Amino acid sequence: MSGMSGFWGAGWSDWWGMVVSGQLLTGLSIWLLAGSALVLMGLLGMLLPASILRKLLAFNIMGSGIFLLLLALRPSGPDGVADPVAQALILTGIVIAIAATALGVRLARRYYQLSGQTELPEDRAAARDD
Amino acid sequence: MTEALLLPLLVLWPLAVGLGVYALPERASAALQVLGTLVLAGLIGAVFAAASAAETASPEPLRAALGGWAAPLGIELVADRLAQAMLLLTLLVYAAVLLYAQAYFAPGSETARRFWPLAWMLWAGLNAGYLSADLFNLYVALELVGLAAVGLTALTGQSTALAAALRYLLAALLASNLFLLAVVLLYAATGSLALDSIGSHLAAVGTPTWYAKLALALALVALALKTALAPLHFWLPAAHGNAVTPVSALLSALVLKVSLLILLRLWLQFAPALDLAALGLLLALLGLLASVWGSVLALTQRKIKMLIAYSSVAQVGYLFLPFAWLLPGGLGAALALEATVLHLLAHALAKAAMFLAAGVLVLSAGRDDLSSLRGAVAREPLAFAALTLAGVSLIGLPPSLGFAAKWQMMQAALLADQWPWLLWLLGGTLLTAAYVFRVLRLAFLPTSEAFEARAPLPQRLSLCALALALLAALGGFGAAALSDWLAADTLLWPGSGA
Repeated sequence: MSGMSGFWGAGWSDWWGMVVSGQLLTGLSIWLLAGSALVLMGLLGMLLPASILRKLLAFNIMGSGIFLLLLALRPSGPDGVADPVAQALILTGIVIAIAATALGVRLARRYYQLSGQTELPEDRAAARDD
Repeated sequence: MTEALLLPLLVLWPLAVGLGVYALPERASAALQVLGTLVLAGLIGAVFAAASAAETASPEPLRAALGGWAAPLGIELVADRLAQAMLLLTLLVYAAVLLYAQAYFAPGSETARRFWPLAWMLWAGLNAGYLSADLFNLYVALELVGLAAVGLTALTGQSTALAAALRYLLAALLASNLFLLAVVLLYAATGSLALDSIGSHLAAVGTPTWYAKLALALALVALALKTALAPLHFWLPAAHGNAVTPVSALLSALVLKVSLLILLRLWLQFAPALDLAALGLLLALLGLLASVWGSVLALTQRKIKMLIAYSSVAQVGYLFLPFAWLLPGGLGAALALEATVLHLLAHALAKAAMFLAAGVLVLSAGRDDLSSLRGAVAREPLAFAALTLAGVSLIGLPPSLGFAAKWQMMQAALLADQWPWLLWLLGGTLLTAAYVFRVLRLAFLPTSEAFEARAPLPQRLSLCALALALLAALGGFGAAALSDWLAADTLLWPGSGA
């Protein structure tokens, strides 16, 4: 797929240029690092474990990581003023995550009561094959 | 300024009806739903009237800035022609499904009590998804649609339905987080959440290409997961196949389409600013994979509703074909966009009709395996007619809407000098015909067993399916006018001021 390497290829040289010029490093902060780490951990957590509850927890971890990234990357406003839009987005996002988690936990609990399982059938089959 | 009131009402009203339906006793709630549907029909009629009146003054679509805050700070609702077409489609499908569901559920059934409020909340979420012109608001709308759809999937409360709902929820949550990450990246780069200026903003602030492409890639993966583009379709068959019939119809006709619509809008915003030729080719190839794989799996299914669910996987594939040449300045781009929208409408009508008709046949046989279809022609002739007509549109035989969509896709492919895709369109037609005829053939075979005599099913069930099937099968006659109407929109390449 030469097309795909063209798709990403130009990006990496831009990125490397920013690293060399220090542009990216000045933007690096503890929030950016922590947010990226949480997003990656959450993403893997949603994909790898078979347990439904662990997937739901990973969803929340990934969400928190995204909000940290928003704090780290938010556009700089006037000095000393926090960006109100970012705060509004994070607040709304937290409410949605709570609602989704509540639905997921309720479904998982009922599923456990009916079937005695904490994992979905396809994931159990995949785990057996490993 | 009627639109400042009209557009928010399109979201608020179904939400209010949903709450009312939850609170009221059965008979009052049925009356409220009839009233609710009629009012929504009136609102959508008013939107069409206001839009055509406004268009004589300026080519801009209807807009409403919520709370009086204009974009980029505030949230805008926009009713362009694409959104209007979706509003109308949703109204038609919902009218048929709600009427069907009233006869489908036994009076006083617990499942029905859970179905009504969730169905109305889903409607609110869908309308919000069609109308929102704000990235974060789109995320909220997708979430509303997703949570309502998961609740509907789990409706019967049985173990298989719960497993399907959980699988669906986990896929939807992963997609939501990826979409949210894309929104955050875009907001951080541009300081704006307005959908219709994201492309020009990205160019204005000089965002590195890789950054814009990363954000777009995340959003595309998220929306492809919600639209069930293979190989991200793993959650669909169980969710659509195991849900109660009215829910299967809503999920396959409408819920799959709202994420595709958002994907299409994002694509049109990004395409002028970035070189998306390789990505478009990739999407089209995945669509090819989806249509072959979905058809093959549909051919191997034993249960009628699972067969129809796998057919959705295949039909979604065709929706991604035109991305191969949906690029600015590309020949056939406008035709490709119209073809996608036509196919979207055709699949929504045909698939809803198919599920509703299949539901009647399953009820009449008391089983859901394909062999129970034997003799269905004699038992339920109207439902069988609906199934056949919907199949005609799915295969793409004239004069159906599905035919018009495929014809337009072929023309677009020829215009863009991409004739190899024609082979796929023609081959796919054969595959579709194979699994549709697999169902139809059985219905004509004499039945070998005596189905126990049960009370005849209400005619209304078959008639609702038939109404949608007729729209799909005869829609080809209106397709030319429809695509001209869509083409006159300012939708294509909004950033370039076309």
